[in-house]
Amino acid sequence: MNNGGLTNSREDAGAVAAARGNQVSDVVIRLAGNSQDGIQAIGGFLARLAGRTDKDVMTFMTIPATISGGPSIFQVRLGTGEVLSPGDDVDVLVAFYQHSYQDHLPTLREGGILLYDSDHVKPNHEEHRYRAIGVPITSRTVEAIGGTARDKGKNMFVLGLLARMYDLDVAKLETMLRAYYQGKSEDVVRNVLLAFNAGYSYNLSQTFSFTTSAVAIRGGQVVTDGNQAIAYGALAAGVRFGAAYPITPWTSIMEILRAELPKYGGIFVQAEDELAAVAMACGASYAGRVALTGSSGPGLSLKSEAIGWAVMAEIPLVIVDVQRGGPATGLPTNVEQSDLNIARYGSHGDCPRIVIAPCSVPDCFYTTIEAVNLARQYNVPVIVLSDQALATRVEAWPMPDFAKLVQELPLDLSPRGPDFRPYADTPDGIAQHAPPGTPMVDGKYPIVTGLEHDEYGHPANRPANHALMVAKRRRKLKVLEAKLPKPELYGPPEGDVLLIGWGSVRGVIQETVDRARAAGERVSAAHLRYLMPLQPGLKELMGGFQRVFVVELNDAGMYGYGQLAGILRASFCDPKIQGINKTDGLTFKTREILQIMREKIQTQLAPAAAGA
Amino acid sequence: MTTEMATLPAPPARYTKKDLVADHPTWCPGCGDFSILSTYFKLMEKLQVPHEKITSVAGIGCSSRFPYFVNAHGAHFLHGRGVPFATGISLTRPDLHVFMFGGDGDAFSIGGNHLDHAARKNIRMTYVIMDNQVYGLTKKQTSPTSPQGFRSKTDPTGNIDQPINPIKKVIAAGATFVARTHSHLPNHVAEMMERAIQHDGFSVIECLSECSEFYPAAFDGANPRKGGTFQLVPADHDVTDELAAYRLAMSPFPGYFGVFYQVQRPTKNALEAQLIADAQARVKNASPTELLTQTFERFK
Repeated sequence: MNNGGLTNSREDAGAVAAARGNQVSDVVIRLAGNSQDGIQAIGGFLARLAGRTDKDVMTFMTIPATISGGPSIFQVRLGTGEVLSPGDDVDVLVAFYQHSYQDHLPTLREGGILLYDSDHVKPNHEEHRYRAIGVPITSRTVEAIGGTARDKGKNMFVLGLLARMYDLDVAKLETMLRAYYQGKSEDVVRNVLLAFNAGYSYNLSQTFSFTTSAVAIRGGQVVTDGNQAIAYGALAAGVRFGAAYPITPWTSIMEILRAELPKYGGIFVQAEDELAAVAMACGASYAGRVALTGSSGPGLSLKSEAIGWAVMAEIPLVIVDVQRGGPATGLPTNVEQSDLNIARYGSHGDCPRIVIAPCSVPDCFYTTIEAVNLARQYNVPVIVLSDQALATRVEAWPMPDFAKLVQELPLDLSPRGPDFRPYADTPDGIAQHAPPGTPMVDGKYPIVTGLEHDEYGHPANRPANHALMVAKRRRKLKVLEAKLPKPELYGPPEGDVLLIGWGSVRGVIQETVDRARAAGERVSAAHLRYLMPLQPGLKELMGGFQRVFVVELNDAGMYGYGQLAGILRASFCDPKIQGINKTDGLTFKTREILQIMREKIQTQLAPAAAGA
Repeated sequence: MTTEMATLPAPPARYTKKDLVADHPTWCPGCGDFSILSTYFKLMEKLQVPHEKITSVAGIGCSSRFPYFVNAHGAHFLHGRGVPFATGISLTRPDLHVFMFGGDGDAFSIGGNHLDHAARKNIRMTYVIMDNQVYGLTKKQTSPTSPQGFRSKTDPTGNIDQPINPIKKVIAAGATFVARTHSHLPNHVAEMMERAIQHDGFSVIECLSECSEFYPAAFDGANPRKGGTFQLVPADHDVTDELAAYRLAMSPFPGYFGVFYQVQRPTKNALEAQLIADAQARVKNASPTELLTQTFERFK
């Protein structure tokens, strides 16, 4: 693959930094060990430290599906300024074991640093592609802590090493460590600090410092993962009832809500199964306030029938789907964007609902609030399509303005009627409910049903009525569509290639655009936040480009384009829409997108010929 | 969970069962469910449960048409999922009286798992299971309570599978009120329903309800007017004795009628309310805005 003289802007930055005396603006650190080594804790502390010092941060984590043992990695990218993706190549690989070294060395960039535990790893000294720094991590940790606490505390020793290597704010780190281990025994706190200080005082041959950020973030930054953002978004939006069944990678959302909701006067039920969970949420929403349920792909499959009921009965509902690799049990701890079709269409019958996909950790928070409000306003189920990469990604983001954001969901039990018609055929097509407990002035009480019904909610299978009601349920989404903003465009509105993405790939697509434009290619990107209904203006947007590639983490399918690409082709009948797809269970790298894009451009017919 | 009460212009007048009549039932002539419906109307009239607080929920089946025939708030949910749907209502709206109506297919087959879990969690609601031992809506297939040898369209040579014993199942699952009645004896139905409604917890009534179309005369053995014997639960039966209740439930058809089991155990509704009260006391009744701000300060 010819990169066409492309320069890696980050490598350039590295070269410039070297000239300034080991100053860097951005570093990607991958920690590779076993799942019981506590390497996620190192990543977590680095991320939170970055958040506190106005550095941007993004992490990437794979947790093995097994409970204990087995390889585990955590990748953290720290940068001054906006960090968009977990990073293509690794600047520093910390290898705890021989297998970590062997498995992850290919990700280390040329000229990068291999920091390895010389007690466990025997690197190939013939290799000069990188700089190898051996540190007896295990023995030094044991020496520092004493006793027989074998393997414990190595993570804190490594955190100390990295703090030294990158001249991190040690005072802040120590404060965080003390706060984190507060409540544990004095011994634990003492050992943590001993291990950390031993690592920090280890004499490393190579050190760097970060360039200072020009942009100070007002109100301070918070550091959370995507699942936390969704859980607290639901609380801010006024959700006070939820029900779900545990499934990776959704589970941490329900764990948070179960612990937090009682403080807010709410209830979260661990249901007996996915079917019960969505049914409980439907019941609570019917009772007057928007309820939430969630799952991953297998659970969404099981919830599909009830989603159809909520569409038919026009009951508001929020369903979070944290996507993982499928089908079936699939890849529980890997990322995939392959639930788009089931999110849009899953359930029998014509079953319109709203689908929104967050693109970042803060967007998980705000999208959840929006989902609750759209569900209320349109009396329809709203699916929030997150994914495993967002669920486990840790980002620093500005503190939300809770005074403005926090809302209560009202329960309207004011008397209704006369002639109350929940499903009146109004221009906007949106149902109006009278929840149980509402007195009806004319003494006629409404029934809410999954059978096709007339304007009063009575079962009605007259042919004209079904056509009318199907159109009504579709019409309210058309009303929403007209109000949606145009898709976000990154780069100029005209060019050769438009990359279209949705969900968690937004950041890496924007980096791809930066790199392609730096190489002289006329590439722009559009991000679709709303996947059902689609945002207006997409056709005109695509009109400005020769080629359109939809970049998504799902299969290219029978005809060479993935799930969103298929939807766009069906919607716009435009054969220039093609796919850039990947199904290895990992997030996209900019390099991968560029490579597939360039290959497709070289091997495919010119758009005009292809369309003829 | 806080619940705003509707403010009414005037105190509600007493309603009569006429006010509760909605669509004419679509059940076949002679269906046992008619008697359960009219008994329910009479009982509501007697108890004067506030009209707007009556909430009937059902799944799918002939008997699950019930909410359409009651002029009160109601929902017709999915096959088998009525119980978790009613759970969502019950937990969020302590002001309502939640009634579940359904058949043996809903309760013991497609929704069997939900019945167990609502019972063990002791969700506050009354569940009337109209058991006709056949799938009537879909025109005579075998049900989970069909006796062995019963000929249906799915078992033309007779059912070979052992039926579920409804009373044993719900006692084992942990229901706190378990009764059995017969639709041909409306006074007994009314008595069981009234005791179920007054029970604070998950109350289940198995009500034998004849399908005149696809399984006629199924319950004549328990109908004195058809020469059967309607055997009441013995007067000296201790309803808190689980093993005794189990033994009564094991007697062969027609078995016993009455309250088999009743104990007082905290409802999930009450336990969740306690959880909320404790949690709010711990955070000194902080508002949502205060709580979120405090949490996010820790994320800094």
